[in-house]
Amino acid sequence: MSSMAGEARSARRAGFNLHVWGPVLALVLLVLLGIALNPNFLTYNNITNVLARSSFIGIIAIGATFVITAGGLDLSVGSMAAVIAGVMIIVMNALIPSLGIGWGVVLVGMAVGLLAGGVAGVGNGVMITRGRIEAFIVTLGTMGIFRSLVTFFANGGTLSLNFQVADVYRPVYYDGFLGVPWPIIVFVLAAVGGEIVMRRTAFGRYCAAIGSNEQVARYSSINVDRVRLMTYILQGVLVGVAVLLYVPRLGSASATTGVLWELEAIAAVIIGGTTLKGGFGRVWGTVVGVVILGLIGNILNLQSFISPYLNGAFQGVIIILAVLLQRSRRT
Amino acid sequence: MEDQRFVLRGEGICRDFGPVRVLFGVDFALRAGEVHALVGENGAGKSTLMKILGGYQPPTEGRLVLDGQPVAFASSAEAEAAGIVLIHQEFNLAEQLTVEANIFLGREIGGGFLDLKAMRARTRALLAELETDIAPDMLVSDLSVPQKQMVEIAKALVRDARVLMMDEPTAVLTAREAEVLFRQIHRLRDAGVAILYTSHKLDEVKAIADQVTVLRDGREVVTAPAASMSADAMAEHMVGRDVSDLFPPKPPLGEGPPVLEVEHLSVPGRVADASFTLRRGEILGFAGLVGAGRTELMEGVVGLRRATGTIRINGRPERIRSLRDARRHGLAYLTEDRKGAGLLLEQPMRTNLTLLGLSRFAGGVLIDEAAEQRALDKAIKDFDIRAPNRAVRVGNLSGGNQQKLLLAKTMLVEPGIVIIDEPTRGIDIGTKQQIYGFIEGLARAGKSVIVVSSEMAEVIGLCHRVVVMKAGRIVGELEGEAISEQAIVRHAMGLEARAA
Repeated sequence: MSSMAGEARSARRAGFNLHVWGPVLALVLLVLLGIALNPNFLTYNNITNVLARSSFIGIIAIGATFVITAGGLDLSVGSMAAVIAGVMIIVMNALIPSLGIGWGVVLVGMAVGLLAGGVAGVGNGVMITRGRIEAFIVTLGTMGIFRSLVTFFANGGTLSLNFQVADVYRPVYYDGFLGVPWPIIVFVLAAVGGEIVMRRTAFGRYCAAIGSNEQVARYSSINVDRVRLMTYILQGVLVGVAVLLYVPRLGSASATTGVLWELEAIAAVIIGGTTLKGGFGRVWGTVVGVVILGLIGNILNLQSFISPYLNGAFQGVIIILAVLLQRSRRT
Repeated sequence: MEDQRFVLRGEGICRDFGPVRVLFGVDFALRAGEVHALVGENGAGKSTLMKILGGYQPPTEGRLVLDGQPVAFASSAEAEAAGIVLIHQEFNLAEQLTVEANIFLGREIGGGFLDLKAMRARTRALLAELETDIAPDMLVSDLSVPQKQMVEIAKALVRDARVLMMDEPTAVLTAREAEVLFRQIHRLRDAGVAILYTSHKLDEVKAIADQVTVLRDGREVVTAPAASMSADAMAEHMVGRDVSDLFPPKPPLGEGPPVLEVEHLSVPGRVADASFTLRRGEILGFAGLVGAGRTELMEGVVGLRRATGTIRINGRPERIRSLRDARRHGLAYLTEDRKGAGLLLEQPMRTNLTLLGLSRFAGGVLIDEAAEQRALDKAIKDFDIRAPNRAVRVGNLSGGNQQKLLLAKTMLVEPGIVIIDEPTRGIDIGTKQQIYGFIEGLARAGKSVIVVSSEMAEVIGLCHRVVVMKAGRIVGELEGEAISEQAIVRHAMGLEARAA
């Protein structure tokens, strides 16, 4: 134990590490800014609202942290979310005659969502590992395929969940436990679980090893293809989890569902300090990144000096700053 | 007055990295028309001194004098403009560009449009001068390592180098390729270029250098004409002690059934029909020229490459199709490519140490970090790994300490058979001695070791038996007294028909 303390001590001796604490610092500044600008910022309603909305991207971004840490990339998650939402709605509507209105239909729908996510992840992962095609290309391709599929399912319009089923399903987004909405609870659980998996399990270690140097991983008898495949499956299942929390919010899916979610997820991962080229990832950083992105939009809406339409511009600046900070660590 | 022949001098050069001083007031001078060798153990400060001379780093104290005038290079580009070129051990070439484009990179001929014809002609002439058959339009990524070296030298020549510094240029060359390099070095020297050169191969230093400077722990120990110093004397200056007993006594080898039998193993395109056996407690050497297929054979045995043939472990035929299969059967392989395939340079020692045997530390679901720390403590003690602190990135360790860590990582899975590919490449003589001791200790403990090495002295000094390969085939086997440099070379060059 004494040597572990030594390791920590020598890291601390390096002084305040902007690379580690930068995202947290940015988050604190944003919160202070929010408080200064609008007294409503710190209210229970506002905070739970921001966090609940951020939890979809957040859950997806936790998956993306693993994919990126292992040196991969998944651009398809936004479209994947849309197609999973579409499939869930179609299946639930179709099952009403046999199962009736009630939790039975909803539970089957949720299971279908998770399964669809897993299958999509297997598809991406198998093409990347067995097919030896660049992750960027494969997921760019499936991004188009998924997006087009949901448009096709909806026949160019909107897929709507049966109103009565939607009423049953609603509490999954709008209710919670001890006043905390379910999406936030699931997000927190996924984050804690993800952090433990990344930091303390062989799988997390292997992801970092593969992203750092695939050859070293191979020569260390790591089954590189299998670990890679697992990251894409994990990503797919987490997209499924996010979608089954998202569907009760609007009760519909269309060609515009989940548009640009992939970029927000990747941005959150990068802001959180995970290295884009792989080899190092931290889940708690991703969580901070997601909340930062959510707060920027929220703060812009709560003040009147700057147009909220500039939301994207602020997010862009934050992303670029985050990468700049990452680079300055090296020199 | 100033000696006109001094081109570049360093006076009282000190260099600190954070709180650590790595060079202590080194005085160093390069003369035109002279080959100056810089030798020392890893971590002695050779590379740092070269980088300072080449403008890559400024000295913390002291100054550089070029043609009698003090200079301070702000960058390597400034140094290059002054005719000082450093060729790194790891090449600085754009892999996806052609040879020609690389040679003229940043110095292209022509204004708005490039004068491709002139560059092509100049490249062709340069490459012919260097006696290589590289075509100017080949992609650098398609070249072999020695060919890349030649391209680096051609690149330096285009820059009209007056001072050419080479960091271990022969580490990756075969004896014959090194010959060609030495001819070029002598040609450049005769043309008045000042050449600085580092190498761990002291015989080679003795043969081609005019002056030798020995560094130890960041201090200049001695500078003298190469003719006045034997290779042994250089080694003693480097280590600061007697190194005559570099190799430990060979452990006794009992009779017994083989633990590993490889029969008719072929790796498509690399190795054809290789058969050999290994006994318990034996150290078996694999010698041959670079490219003879030794590494490929071993990678075939441990499942890193597709191979056909039969492998028997303790008499039982086993299918080994991946490194995981090999590990299950107590077979471990230590790569020759320490930085590319052996260690994660960005990560600390602990995660590197346990990467191969991680399942031992993750019995339940979570990794037992305290157990990992204990394993690291033990590895540091057992293998004498010297690191400034536990959190240091492995890439910042010296080559010798990296190799020790790699050895510790491999031994952590407690293999009965260890294949070590180039156990001491690019590491200093003191650490070499230690590693030979470790290998001997493994054999004494009843493990079986295969040593693949391009260093003749190593296989001769260490091994009970030596297998020689040539062009993907096993061409000879020598045992006991019959193991000699001459015999190995005769087999490796194909001068001897296979015995028996």
